[in-house]
Amino acid sequence: MRRVNKDQKVRVSLTLNGRKVSAETEARTLLCDFLRHSLGATGTHVGCEHGVCGCCTVQIDGAAVRSCLTLAIQAEGRDVRTVESLAGPDGKLNRLQQAFQNNHALQCGFCTPGILMSFTDFLSRNPKPTEDELREVLSGHICRCTGYAGIMAALREAVGADGNEHDETRRQT
Amino acid sequence: MKPRPFDYARPDTIEEAVALLAEYGDDARVLAGGQSLMAMMNLRLADPAILIDIARIEEMSHIRDLGDTIEVGAAVIQNRLLAWPALKAKLPLLAVALPWVGHFQTRNKGTVCGSIAHADPSSEIPLSLATLGGEVVLRSARGERVLKASEFQVDMLTTAREGDELVVAARFPVKPGCRAAFREVARRHGDFAMVAVAATVDGDGTTRLGIGGMAGTPVVREIAEGNVKDTVEQTIAELEGYEDLHASAELRRDILRNLAPVVVAEAQSCAA
Repeated sequence: MRRVNKDQKVRVSLTLNGRKVSAETEARTLLCDFLRHSLGATGTHVGCEHGVCGCCTVQIDGAAVRSCLTLAIQAEGRDVRTVESLAGPDGKLNRLQQAFQNNHALQCGFCTPGILMSFTDFLSRNPKPTEDELREVLSGHICRCTGYAGIMAALREAVGADGNEHDETRRQT
Repeated sequence: MKPRPFDYARPDTIEEAVALLAEYGDDARVLAGGQSLMAMMNLRLADPAILIDIARIEEMSHIRDLGDTIEVGAAVIQNRLLAWPALKAKLPLLAVALPWVGHFQTRNKGTVCGSIAHADPSSEIPLSLATLGGEVVLRSARGERVLKASEFQVDMLTTAREGDELVVAARFPVKPGCRAAFREVARRHGDFAMVAVAATVDGDGTTRLGIGGMAGTPVVREIAEGNVKDTVEQTIAELEGYEDLHASAELRRDILRNLAPVVVAEAQSCAA
């Protein structure tokens, strides 16, 4: 049994974007804060801190979840992926990211990392979703710039449902 | 905000978990998916001395076909049940109700039993369990007991679980030939329902109406043939509904009056 007392420091190890990492923290530290403050991975944004806005969405073992409703210690030993994992090593955007850029699907960009991580999970399970399914998944995110039309356009392009032929080089992730 | 400091324990077995509950009782909170509890702790509405994380207990990670019921262990997340290949055939009500639970992202971590244990009066899973007449399995160092859904959930966010007991599983009855429908009205999809309505029609023609959001617990009524309107009006008169910041009691009654016949008709007309 894993046990940590409240006044005790604990070393949490996990795999972040394919790399084994660890840092000292407390039992009460949220995964989003652990990523940003302890591991320096600031791509994940923190909005409402009670699971409503979706900004902090990351993947744990491939499943998109709220990192503000997850303790760092719950992710111990797990495979955590954040927005930093999406672009290629040369900084080349992947297909989903490129579709966001093409369609002006971000204004301030605060909500974008969470949305990208949600759809990276969802589209891997369901590569040819309906419009309603895309909207249902997007309903788990709040964009305070209210740029939902651009986001939906980007998602349609990313799944090839926008009726346009795109340059094949853009499609490669 | 951030949670207050707490002790954290991640037992590997049910035995270890109930031993901790026997020691700490109501000072402990059980953490499964945390989609309600972590939000409450971040807002400092919950302040447990110790958090008992049961998410990795192997003995509770099963979806098991027991013949007349499907048993879902307390570590099973909602999206896993939703993706269970036999769901539509065995539990058609859950197949239509689960997509209403929170969002895709919260269903990826929230558990089936966690929602039942949390006992929000507008929640879809407790409503489905009550409508089907299901059961909750509780374990403690003293032994095991099985409660009917109607015995388990006693009021808003209040259950019959004793401080030393752990919800280890929920059992959803399988009804041959069952047809089902589910709808709810919320300000935004995924928000708390103002009113949620479940309906099932069994192979023998028994029609059941389950109502969430009108009282402290789900309310279930059997409907005699062709008598939907009378049953709804009678239920409205009995329950009245309650007022909170989401909706007035009058709006809740009005939603139920309009929604219930639609959901019952949908269940009656859909293919078994």
